[in-house]
Amino acid sequence: MIRLVPDQSRQVVRSEKVEITFDGRPVQAYRGESVAAALLRAGHLRLRNAPVDGAPRGTFCCMGLCQECVVKIEGSVTESCRLAAENGLAVASIDCGPL
Amino acid sequence: MNATYDIVVLGAGPAGANAALTAAKAGASVALIDEGTQPGGQVWRPKSAAIVEAPVTPESRSGDALRKSVAGSGVTLMPGARLWQIERPETVWELQVLAGERNVPLRSKALVLATGAREYVQPVPGWTLPGVVGLAGATALFKQELMVSGTNTVVSGTGPLVFYVASEIRRLGGTVAAIVTPNSRRDWLGAFPAMLQRPDLLARGARWITDLMLAGVPVHWRHAVTSVTGSDRVTEVCFRKVGANWSPDGAEQMVKADSLCLGNGLIPAIETAQLAGVPVRHAPELGSWVPETNEDGSTPVPGLFVCGDGAGIRGVAAAEVHGKLTGNAAVSWVAGRNPKPDAKLVDVYRKSARFGLAMTALSIPRSGLQALTTSETVVCRCESLTQKAIRDEIASGAGSTNAVKSGLRCGMGPCGGKYCQTAVARMIAAIDGRADAEISPPTPRPPLRPVPVSALAGDFDYGDLPIPKPAPL
Repeated sequence: MIRLVPDQSRQVVRSEKVEITFDGRPVQAYRGESVAAALLRAGHLRLRNAPVDGAPRGTFCCMGLCQECVVKIEGSVTESCRLAAENGLAVASIDCGPL
Repeated sequence: MNATYDIVVLGAGPAGANAALTAAKAGASVALIDEGTQPGGQVWRPKSAAIVEAPVTPESRSGDALRKSVAGSGVTLMPGARLWQIERPETVWELQVLAGERNVPLRSKALVLATGAREYVQPVPGWTLPGVVGLAGATALFKQELMVSGTNTVVSGTGPLVFYVASEIRRLGGTVAAIVTPNSRRDWLGAFPAMLQRPDLLARGARWITDLMLAGVPVHWRHAVTSVTGSDRVTEVCFRKVGANWSPDGAEQMVKADSLCLGNGLIPAIETAQLAGVPVRHAPELGSWVPETNEDGSTPVPGLFVCGDGAGIRGVAAAEVHGKLTGNAAVSWVAGRNPKPDAKLVDVYRKSARFGLAMTALSIPRSGLQALTTSETVVCRCESLTQKAIRDEIASGAGSTNAVKSGLRCGMGPCGGKYCQTAVARMIAAIDGRADAEISPPTPRPPLRPVPVSALAGDFDYGDLPIPKPAPL
């Protein structure tokens, strides 16, 4: 089949793999990519539960505005889309739960 | 307090970076602050540190050239910095900037705001499910991480962005389940004369669409996504045909997918300009409400300039030139001279803007799209407020975005109203039978971005707190 837009995914060279954890479970990441990207690749789409209705939420705006992708790092609420993955980073989901 | 810069520029995208470069070249002392790790903004967003090597794209090429120019200039670059408060107590702007984990105050004589845009997403049932990302948001993932949002993605929304996103998904190894766009082929035909201003971009767009058609990707013209289903992530996306004003009027169709990219045009990010006191006006052809801005970036507030998409969605080519014109004007203002606009640059600006405005015209949501938001749809994501809750508040007399905000906390959550206020304003206009131009955006309040208390508290331990001895009994 003719492709005017070729698949270039194999031409992308990524940095070395590191391991982070999400709620205690190991997640493979490439050093320096956003934590949101690493979690998305690993299939962890639900990053937190919303307040009031407790509904699952995940990365939405990908640019640090919507605050949907926030996670807890060492007790601090942090946007996972603006946080670079490093080896051993412990990431925890936030569960606001239904009110 | 740090030294006073001649000019501080907020936002290092094509507009802001060019304003900074132009001003620095003219001899001004310039600081350029941006949330990102490097200049480029959203459209030329840099790759993350995880990308060692990747094929060059027009965006990466332009972004790399810009980053090289800034690095080789006299501009003081402050990456990873977020402005959260602006004041001008006397004659000098005083800015509070969160840089890393610290708060850094900055001072400048003139201030250039190049805050760009955010996207409008018409709320539909299920749009809060994990796996749904913004259409523009998806491009951030492509450019920064060279990654797609799922294995099988529905791409839906208005304007040229749907085709760019679908094409990039294919380039990055993903699969496009379907394209759903309220635009008709005739809408696009109408934009053709303006697109001839930029034959290069026209050819690129034609290549995306031809490739998608050759690949057999279903393109549903004049359709809109009406709901997203799944328990903890997207599994199905439903869509319907829409009428001339884009209200859904056809039978529901369904496609299986694990991801949805959804967006309905860009909106100028005006909160910073509002906070600095610039009057705003309703200009639907420019995306929504815009700060009153001239071609040289000047505004009714002396020493305050706005350029790029933050002054109206005219696109990247116009933003670059608008930045240059604004850099010139800001330098002249600092020197107390009348600005001498470069007639050639103004001409390029107007031509580029014509192309950009045609793309904006295709992207602006029409009134019927509001019908996609059902009564149980969450409109304010931060506070999980449904359309019904907001509608009841409006019906009980809340006739302004500020009133809805104080009544329900709608827009007071962590995102600061960035993803609900446009929808709320349109709801008020529709329910009260008033014009969109009568429903102004809410008054922005600092902090413009979330600020951790630790950044403001400074360096001390709890034990250092002076606790007075209890009074003797």
